[in-house]
Amino acid sequence: MRSWKRGIGEAAAWVVVVVAAAFLLFPFLWIGITSLKTNRELYDLSAAPLLIRQGVTLEHFELLLRRTAFLTWLRNSFLVSLSTTVVTLLASVPGAYALVRMSFPGQDTLGLAVFLAYLVPPSLLFVPLAQVVAAFGLMDTLWSLVVTYPTFTVPFSTWLLSGYLKGIPRELEESAMVDGASRLRALLTVVLPVATPGVVTVVLFAFTLSWGHMIYALAFVSRSTWKVLPVGLLTELVRGDVFYWGALMAGALASALPVLALYGVFTRYFVAGLTAGATKF
Amino acid sequence: MGRSGAPGSVPAVETTQISVRWWWQKRPRGERRLALVMVCPLVGILLGLVAYPLVSALYMSLTDKTIGSPGAYVGLSNFLQLAEDSIFRQTVGNAILYTVVAVMIKAIAGIGLAVALARIGERGATVRALILLPWVIPISITALAWWWMFDPMFSVINRGLRALGVAPSGVPWLGDPFWARVAVILVNVWRGLPFFATVFLAGLLSIPRELYEAAETDGARSLDSFVRITLPLLRPVLSLVLLYSVVMTVADFEIIYILTRGGPLNRTHLFATYAFQVGLEGTVISKGAAISLFIFPVLAIASYFTLRIIRRGEEYA
Repeated sequence: MRSWKRGIGEAAAWVVVVVAAAFLLFPFLWIGITSLKTNRELYDLSAAPLLIRQGVTLEHFELLLRRTAFLTWLRNSFLVSLSTTVVTLLASVPGAYALVRMSFPGQDTLGLAVFLAYLVPPSLLFVPLAQVVAAFGLMDTLWSLVVTYPTFTVPFSTWLLSGYLKGIPRELEESAMVDGASRLRALLTVVLPVATPGVVTVVLFAFTLSWGHMIYALAFVSRSTWKVLPVGLLTELVRGDVFYWGALMAGALASALPVLALYGVFTRYFVAGLTAGATKF
Repeated sequence: MGRSGAPGSVPAVETTQISVRWWWQKRPRGERRLALVMVCPLVGILLGLVAYPLVSALYMSLTDKTIGSPGAYVGLSNFLQLAEDSIFRQTVGNAILYTVVAVMIKAIAGIGLAVALARIGERGATVRALILLPWVIPISITALAWWWMFDPMFSVINRGLRALGVAPSGVPWLGDPFWARVAVILVNVWRGLPFFATVFLAGLLSIPRELYEAAETDGARSLDSFVRITLPLLRPVLSLVLLYSVVMTVADFEIIYILTRGGPLNRTHLFATYAFQVGLEGTVISKGAAISLFIFPVLAIASYFTLRIIRRGEEYA
């Protein structure tokens, strides 16, 4: 009786998971199918939408490379995301370490400020930041993004790192310092290597968040040569009323690939960052 | 803080001298100075790029500044205009509806999915990793796919529904005010569900199994244990995720901007998209600032409750 009941419960659980997975994963399947299907079949309402019967084509990728500035946007996205990641590390690693391990005036206030800033959404800041960006003459440059993206990467990263650093025993660096290492040297050679998982998570999050961010990129950059991927795809693959759906999906696929690859390699860091972001305080 | 070293009876000039000397003597040295240097970049970013813009948005909203003209102080004029603005009123209603419905669905479906995932355990490890994709791949990229899936002519969803015999004439996903709201909420749920489910799953797995075993020997049914054990122990995590999600949902931008631009008939505008339209596309940056500031009260209330929950448990940071 009991095992029979267990079986039902488990079957029900599988049904829920499979239905949810179908809903959550279908758009990715659809991106893939669309990007490889010929236009003739794509816009033929009598053809089966989920199958590719008339052969796989790369015409959409070709259009993307030959007739749009895709490669320029790709380069811009890499430049901005990598630079933002570096800025994020430079601000959050020493910041988090000082917050957790050292003492200085205003420490508690700063800890609170980091936490509150983490909750501030970019859509609350883009109007006044447009002012700041314009005042420094950075409109229509990639610098406008490198300067503003840390507003959403740094608070999260600092907070995440603080959590990691708290978990590392003090004795580790104290013994290094007793042996004559300076505070900074102990941080670099003893603490950071142990905190590698935290640093990796921060790098992954800073890169991914910058890669996909849209509102600042839309607000501060309008010249095609300085657009980043999400903005370029949205604004330049629709001309008048003509939609290049195949090319748009090819672009979406190509833009998703770097993040997908990172996720494939570092899955557990992403999951750790996600759960820490919501539960570990 | 600076005054604490100066007695009240000393004349003003001397007070300053004394506090300057007090500050100089108290200036941080050694470790404290190193710590201050180390937090410099962090403090700079928080002050210059978060705090200052917030304050300047507040000031800007009290002027009539447009892009290209400095503008003058006009008091609450922008807010009074917004109170009369039918699109803004619509936006407030939209934001409440969008946030309440989307967050509720995410929470309930998230718990359901988490319980199911917990049930199938380690055999579901691959599925667990896969279903996180909507949250990992940026929404600015995946919303493009949804845009195409809602296409009036070639919507794959409509073709599926037609094949099943449901809605033979197709659903006007983004063209009809009601269905457009359904569509943007659907995409928001799609994006947020993996996050909710994964965090809840982590919460579920941290509940000691002995509690359930004890309940079972006492004859409790599984629904009883869910209501008596799971929900109460999950409550802190649940509340934190809900508060965080309320802020992020009310401040949503990408989904709306890509799918509907706030239309049809402004029925899907949220504060961010309307602020973008008025402040940047329409160049009335002061009014745009005023509109985006309406996200602030939600943020303030959510932060207050989040801090309360955290302080009852561990410390923040």
